[in-house]
Amino acid sequence: MRKVAIVSAASRQEEKMLDNEVEMMVPLISEVREETGLDQTEIGFTCSGSSDFLAGQAFSFVMTLDAVGPVPPISESHVEMDGAWALYETWVKFQMGVIDTALVYSYGKPSPGSLQDVLSTQLDPYYVAPLWPDAHSITALQARHLLEKGEISTEELADCAVRAGTVENKEQYFDQPTLADPLRQADCPTYADGGVAMILAAEGKAEELCEKPAWITGIDHRIDSHHFGVRDLSTIPSAKKAAEKAGLYKAEIDLAEIHTAYTVHDVLLRKELNLPLNPAKSSKNHPIKAETLMASGLLRIAEAARAIWNEEANRTLAHATSGPLMQQNLMCVLSGEKE
Amino acid sequence: MPEINVPSSIKDLEQVQSVRTPIKMEYTFTPGVAAQTYLREFANKRILGTISPVDGAVLVPPRGSDPRYGALCEEFVEMPHTGHIGSFCVTNVPIPGRDLELPYISAWIFLDGADVGFLNLVAECPPEECRIGMRVEAVWKPDDEIGMTAENILYWRPTGEPDLPFEEAGVRGWHVRRGEGSDA
Amino acid sequence: MAAGGELAAVVGVGMTKFSATRGDVSMPGLVREAAERALKDAEMEWEDIDAVVMGKAPDFFEGVMMPEIFLGEALGAVGKPMLRVHTAGSVGGSTALVAASLVHSGVHERVLTVAWEKQSESNAMWALSLKQPFQVSINAGAGGYFSPIIRQYMEETQAPELIGCMVAFKDRQHALLNPYAHLHQPDLTFDQVVESPMLWEPIRYSETCPSSDGAAAMVIVNETEAEKSMNPAWIHAGAMRSEANNFPGRDEVNPQASRECAADLWNQAGITNPREEIDVAEIYVPFSWYEPMWLESLGFCERGDGWKLVESGATHLNGGDLPINCSGGVLSSNPIGASGMIRFAEAALQVRGMAGEHQVDGARKAMGHAYGGGAQYFAMWVVGKDKPTS
Repeated sequence: MRKVAIVSAASRQEEKMLDNEVEMMVPLISEVREETGLDQTEIGFTCSGSSDFLAGQAFSFVMTLDAVGPVPPISESHVEMDGAWALYETWVKFQMGVIDTALVYSYGKPSPGSLQDVLSTQLDPYYVAPLWPDAHSITALQARHLLEKGEISTEELADCAVRAGTVENKEQYFDQPTLADPLRQADCPTYADGGVAMILAAEGKAEELCEKPAWITGIDHRIDSHHFGVRDLSTIPSAKKAAEKAGLYKAEIDLAEIHTAYTVHDVLLRKELNLPLNPAKSSKNHPIKAETLMASGLLRIAEAARAIWNEEANRTLAHATSGPLMQQNLMCVLSGEKE
Repeated sequence: MPEINVPSSIKDLEQVQSVRTPIKMEYTFTPGVAAQTYLREFANKRILGTISPVDGAVLVPPRGSDPRYGALCEEFVEMPHTGHIGSFCVTNVPIPGRDLELPYISAWIFLDGADVGFLNLVAECPPEECRIGMRVEAVWKPDDEIGMTAENILYWRPTGEPDLPFEEAGVRGWHVRRGEGSDA
Repeated sequence: MAAGGELAAVVGVGMTKFSATRGDVSMPGLVREAAERALKDAEMEWEDIDAVVMGKAPDFFEGVMMPEIFLGEALGAVGKPMLRVHTAGSVGGSTALVAASLVHSGVHERVLTVAWEKQSESNAMWALSLKQPFQVSINAGAGGYFSPIIRQYMEETQAPELIGCMVAFKDRQHALLNPYAHLHQPDLTFDQVVESPMLWEPIRYSETCPSSDGAAAMVIVNETEAEKSMNPAWIHAGAMRSEANNFPGRDEVNPQASRECAADLWNQAGITNPREEIDVAEIYVPFSWYEPMWLESLGFCERGDGWKLVESGATHLNGGDLPINCSGGVLSSNPIGASGMIRFAEAALQVRGMAGEHQVDGARKAMGHAYGGGAQYFAMWVVGKDKPTS
C-alpha cells in the first residue's frame, strides 16, 4: 500500500456561528493551502463530507464548493457522511497511484435546525422514525441495557464525565437529575457548528510539505446492523473489526481520539477496543463538549495528527462513527514513523 | 416479488402497502455575514455587490466569496437598478408555494457593472418579445411593503433602450469587457 | 495505466423496472431488486462481496437522512465497509467511479455498487425547488435552470428549432426496446412531440425527463476475478471534474469542467477520435437539447456542429454511426440518483453484448456519462470488451 500522510489541518468550532458555510470554510481551506504552499491547481483531488438534512437544503454541498475555488475545474467528490469517510475515499484514490496531494474537508451547522429531530430521520422510516425517538433517548435505551447487564456502571459514566469535563467532580454528576434516564445532561453532547480542512500527501511529497508528516499506517471502516432488535447493543462489532483491520493492535498507541459524543459510548468503545478507561493522555477536546455532526469524525483525525506534529504522541488512533448508537465505525491509525 | 411465509393466523389479512409519515422540521437559517449586509441595505432599496479581491470582478448578490478562488470578498459596492437580460426562459410550470400568473418569464439579470447574474422575474413584457440583451430596470414593492427580505423587487421590466448584442450579453460580457476572445 | 492502478471490470449488472411510483416495493425492496439481479448476473452470492458503495441524490427525495444506514442490512453490508456518495445529478456515475477505485487501488476484489432513487416517497419537485434561504424563490425545477442555457446554445448555433424534438422522439423510440424504461409510448408520433405544450420555453413537456423510481447495480471486480467471467466489461478510463456554477465569464453552454473531464477520459483510454473509436454512448440528457450540446462538449464533433449530428440521424440506433442512449436515456427514465449509474451500466451491457433489443451490433467500446448540479459536476467512464492495452 502506498504511504499517505496528513500534513496540515485547520479547524473551527463555535456553538452558534453567524458565518454561513462558505464563510466558515474559506479561511480553513486557505490556511491549509497556505501552510503547505499548495495552490488549488496543484492539488490532485478534493473530497468533502456533509449532510443536506443537517443543512436543511437539498444539494447543500454545491454551495460550499465555492469555498474551494473550483475554477479551473477540479477533480472532486463528495460523500453524504462524516468527513472521515471522505478521507477514506481520498486515501483509496492515493492507492490508485493517480494523485500525490489531496484536500479533504467537512463541516456541519447543527444550530439552525433541531438536531434531535434531524437525527430521528436517520432511523428506519417504516417502523422507528415515525415514533420520533430522539438521539438522547435511544442512547439511554442502550445505556439501560448495558447497566442491567452489568457491562458498565454509573460510576464509570461519572468518571468519564469528569474526565471529559462536562462536570468538575463526581458529586456534581450525581447531583444532576436524569435527562433521559439513566443519562444525565453530563452524559450527553453539546452540539456545535464547525468545520475542518486538511491536506494529505503521498510519500515523496509529504516530506516536502511537512516536517513531521502524520502517516496513515492503517485505515478501515465497517457497518453493523441498523435495527435495534437485531444487533447486540452491548458490543460494537464494526468498531472491533475496523480496529483490527486498521492494525490498531500492532503496537502501543499513545493517544486515542475517539468520536464518542456520549459518556456511555466512550466507556463502551474503550472496553470493546481494550483502550484504557482513564488514559494519561486523554483528548483535550472531548467530542462530548462540542459535537459537530458530519465533522466530528474528521476532527478526531485532525487532533490525532496534531498530536504527532506537536510531538506529543508518536502513534495515535482516530475514530469516527456514523448512524445511531455507533452503528458504523471508521478507525485510522497514525504514526510519526512511516512504519 | 419474493415469497414470504406468513403465519396462517394472519394469512388472509389485507397487506399494508404504504404508510404515510409526515415529517416536519424547522430551521432558523443564518444568512452569513455578506448576505446580512446585502439584505440590510436591500431593505433601504439599495442593491449591493461585492468586489473580488483577486481581480476586481463585481459579484451580485454577495455570497461571501469569489467562487473562482475561494477568496473572501469583504468590499461592497452599490449597484444601479438597471441591467440587461443574459438569458431567460418562459415558464408554464407553477412554483410550489408561489402564486404566479402563467406563463411568466424568469431571467438572468446582469446589472450594469456586475460580472455575474442572478435569477429573477421579468414582467410588463409579452413573453414573445423578451430577448437576450434586453435592457431592464427594477420595479420595487411599494415602500410600505419593503422589508429585510430578498423579495423586495417585484420584477424587472424593459426600459425600451437599445439591446446589448448577444455577444456582449450575460456571461459573454466578461470576456468582451476584458478584451479577450471568449471560449465560445 | 488506463484508469490508474489495477485493472477492474464489470461482471454483473442489475436494474429495476423504472416507473413513476414503485408502490410494489419498499426502499429495501427496490435496492435489493437491482442488487440481486447484478449478483445473479455475476454468478455471485452476497457473501462474495467485499464492500458496498451506494449513491443517491438528496435525501429529501425520500425523507430519510443517510439511508445507507438503514439499508445496509438489505444490501448484505453488515460487517463490511459501506460508503454513500452524493454528487448531485452525476451521483450515479461518481458512485460507479468510487466503487471502481476500491478495486483499482487493490483495497478490495469484489465490490457491489447500487444507485437509486425512490422519489415518489416524497415530492421531487418540491425538493428540487426548495426555497433557499434569503434568496428569491424563482426556480420551478431543473427545467427552469437549464432552459436559459439551452436558449443560448440555440442562439449561438442558429440550430433549427426542432432539433430538440428529434432527440426526444429518438430516445422514446429507443425506450420501446428497453423493458426497464419508464416511458413506453408506442403510439407517439413526431408531430405529437412538436405539438406538446411548452414547459420552460424552449423546452416542451415532451422534451423533458420523467420523474421515476428505480435502482441500478453493478458488481465490479479485479482482473483475477474478471477472468472467471464469461464477458466482463473492462474499465478503460474514469474521470470526474467539478466547477462553480456562477462566476464571471463562465461558459455555461459548454462548461470547462465537461471539456476537461472528457479530455482526461480520452487520454486515459488512449482515444484520439471519439467519433470513430466509440461504438455507442449513454450520455445524460434530461432535456432534449443537451444531446447536441454534450456531443460538442465531449469532443464527438466540433463546437457548433452537435445539432447537425442529430439532424443527420447519426445518433439513432437504427442506421446511425454513433448511437446515443439506446436505452431511452434519461429522457425516458429518470430516478435521479440512479440515472448516472444507469448510463454507466448500459455502456457495460453494450460491450458485453447484453443490451437485448437495444444492442448495438458489434459494440466493443462504450462511454457512460453523467452530470449534475448547475451543469457543474461531471463523471464519465469508458468500458471495453477487450482489456485496456496501455
